[in-house]
Amino acid sequence: MNKTNPVVSLFASVKLALFTLCLLAVTSIIGTVIPQKESFEFYAQNYSESTARIFQVLSIPDMYNSWWFLGLLSLLSLNLIVCSIDRFPGVWKQIKKDNLAIDLKRIGKMRLSQQWNSDKSESELSTEISNKLSSNGWTTDQRKRDDSLLLFAQKGAMTRTGVYIVHASILIIFIGAIVGEITGFKGSVMLPETQSTSSIYEFGTSRAIDLGFEVRCNRFDIEFYDTGMPKAYRSSLTVLENNKVVLEKDIVVNDPLTYKGITFYQSSYQGYQDFILNITDKKTGVAEMINLPFQQRGTLTQHKDVVIGVINAETMGQSVSRLKVWFKDAEGPASVFWIPSGEEVTVQRADTEYIVAGKQMYATGLQVAKDPGVWIVYLGCGMMILGLFVAFFMSHRRIWILLKPEDGTNTVLIAGSANKNKLGFDKTFENLADNIKSN
Amino acid sequence: MDSSQLLGITTFTYFFSTILYAIIFIFKAKKLGTPATVFTIIAFLVQTAGLLLRWQESYTIGYGHAPLTNMYESVIFFAWTIIFMYLLIEWKFKTKIIGAFAVPFAFLAMAYASFATGINKEISPLVPALQSNWLLAHVVTCFIGYAAFAVAAALGIMYLIKNTSESRQTTNDESLLGTLPPLKVIDDIIHKTMVFGFLWLTVGIITGAIWANSAWGTYWSWDPKETWSLITWFVYAITLHARYTRGWGGTRIAWLAIFGFMSVIFTYYGVNFLLSGLHSYGSN
Repeated sequence: MNKTNPVVSLFASVKLALFTLCLLAVTSIIGTVIPQKESFEFYAQNYSESTARIFQVLSIPDMYNSWWFLGLLSLLSLNLIVCSIDRFPGVWKQIKKDNLAIDLKRIGKMRLSQQWNSDKSESELSTEISNKLSSNGWTTDQRKRDDSLLLFAQKGAMTRTGVYIVHASILIIFIGAIVGEITGFKGSVMLPETQSTSSIYEFGTSRAIDLGFEVRCNRFDIEFYDTGMPKAYRSSLTVLENNKVVLEKDIVVNDPLTYKGITFYQSSYQGYQDFILNITDKKTGVAEMINLPFQQRGTLTQHKDVVIGVINAETMGQSVSRLKVWFKDAEGPASVFWIPSGEEVTVQRADTEYIVAGKQMYATGLQVAKDPGVWIVYLGCGMMILGLFVAFFMSHRRIWILLKPEDGTNTVLIAGSANKNKLGFDKTFENLADNIKSN
Repeated sequence: MDSSQLLGITTFTYFFSTILYAIIFIFKAKKLGTPATVFTIIAFLVQTAGLLLRWQESYTIGYGHAPLTNMYESVIFFAWTIIFMYLLIEWKFKTKIIGAFAVPFAFLAMAYASFATGINKEISPLVPALQSNWLLAHVVTCFIGYAAFAVAAALGIMYLIKNTSESRQTTNDESLLGTLPPLKVIDDIIHKTMVFGFLWLTVGIITGAIWANSAWGTYWSWDPKETWSLITWFVYAITLHARYTRGWGGTRIAWLAIFGFMSVIFTYYGVNFLLSGLHSYGSN
């Protein structure tokens, strides 16, 4: 790359990266202090009218999506790309370098080097050394250099790419985020029990998005701990295509349902003053469901004689824990009984027995997301961890051994270098040299 | 014996460890080095037992979750990881005196957990949002990172104290600070500890993102806790780049280690109390 071009060298510089990272760190604080995505009135009320206007101009209310914040992220990306293009060829050269072509004088001058004499012949020495190195996991190459023989072995040459893997991973995460932004959506829907929908509403815009299939909420339940704290929010969902059931699943927080790349997350709920009652005639086996507002009576369509109503309810916070049901059929006086919400009781009547199940009616609040970019983001995350590990904890280690004939004997010169964790390599090198020296 | 008793004992043993290290440091009583380490290891084992017992107790009650779910439990786990990190460094670099700077952090954390008002020590059931296998992975990785940064900051303070006195040229081997490792060694350990912490913080942020995606369908929502963890990540990324490419070291890196840890503390603690957001379960 053209080093003399000042623009290029600016974008290739670490100085710019440090500057951008500092700016990102400092500006990111703003959005954690000033509440995000509120209305103009909110800011006008909590700050002042003029401050709110300044916020608007600077896109502070949605700063992480603002032109200047995205601009900073783009600057960082550009910096990463140019810097990597600028430096990577040099690193690649180091990796692919012909280490047997080294200037022989440099070997003895390395920080780690040892030298001794041996009576063995050159070929004896080279086989012995190669074998010893290979038993330690080093593969040796050799080349005749003038009257000497040079052996070379290395480990972890590719670890020099570690830092570039990290840099690339950041870009891949950004690409994943952009793919998600363009091809995906995030929205929500409030779905009352027993009802279905084929569209949801996008966050921010409230635009209706067609799912291409139907999703039905069969039932919503809240479980509680003994302490009264909620234990689980559970929606039983059914996915329908052309009125045919294609998928059924009970979802809870942390365990969503996914169909055709669209995922439904349990996120909230809403309780109604209505009740859902299920009545089954034990004799005939006919079952029927009815939705009833509180304290209103209703008649069933199949069990024509039955009149039913919820006359009282006990609540725990927002939700009903017990409901009192008034029940009458053709024969005898009315039955009045309590049902724990979500459970069933058997009612003895003159002619038959009924099983009556009752619960408060809820709507489940589903968060709905489609994000095809998420796997790209995860790939980037994996690469980042791998790259950091390689960059921090692995090093490129090289060993040269020069066998030089001298007055009928051979001088053995061994030297080594590592680009990182030099202290650790010092020990490895000493052990290797001792091993080779010994017979 | 229940977990709260064990954890109570831990608080006091860490206090005694702190005093022992302070004695070594002030009176140059190098002979006390090994007893101090042994004592710290015992305290660490007591705490480990306390944590495991609390875990088991939560199953006995019927809630069944790792003791990592509220401020009390997380502060205790923080103290545990700091001591773990310190012992690891002492074993790897063979310098005992670091304890005089690192163990007090663990003691302070334990003391805060035990004595601060408004901290709920009960084992409480998990709210639906926290019922996930990612809880363990996310919290543990984050805290390994936090603990490494705590030790790096402790070493930073140590570096600055020693450096100040050396520049006044009052130090020789006989003085108080002569017991500290050479500046170059401290500098090297600070760097390595930060590198270690950075890797774990990265993994912590990523596991958090994956968890968020499986619970809400968004891996990143610029919630204050998320944002502050990213700010902390930036701070250490800047520090590491300054060292690798601009050759920063010594005093500057020592200051950055301390500064970075302030960002960690704000991410961990400050955000829960000063800002609102998705991580509200950590605040009681």
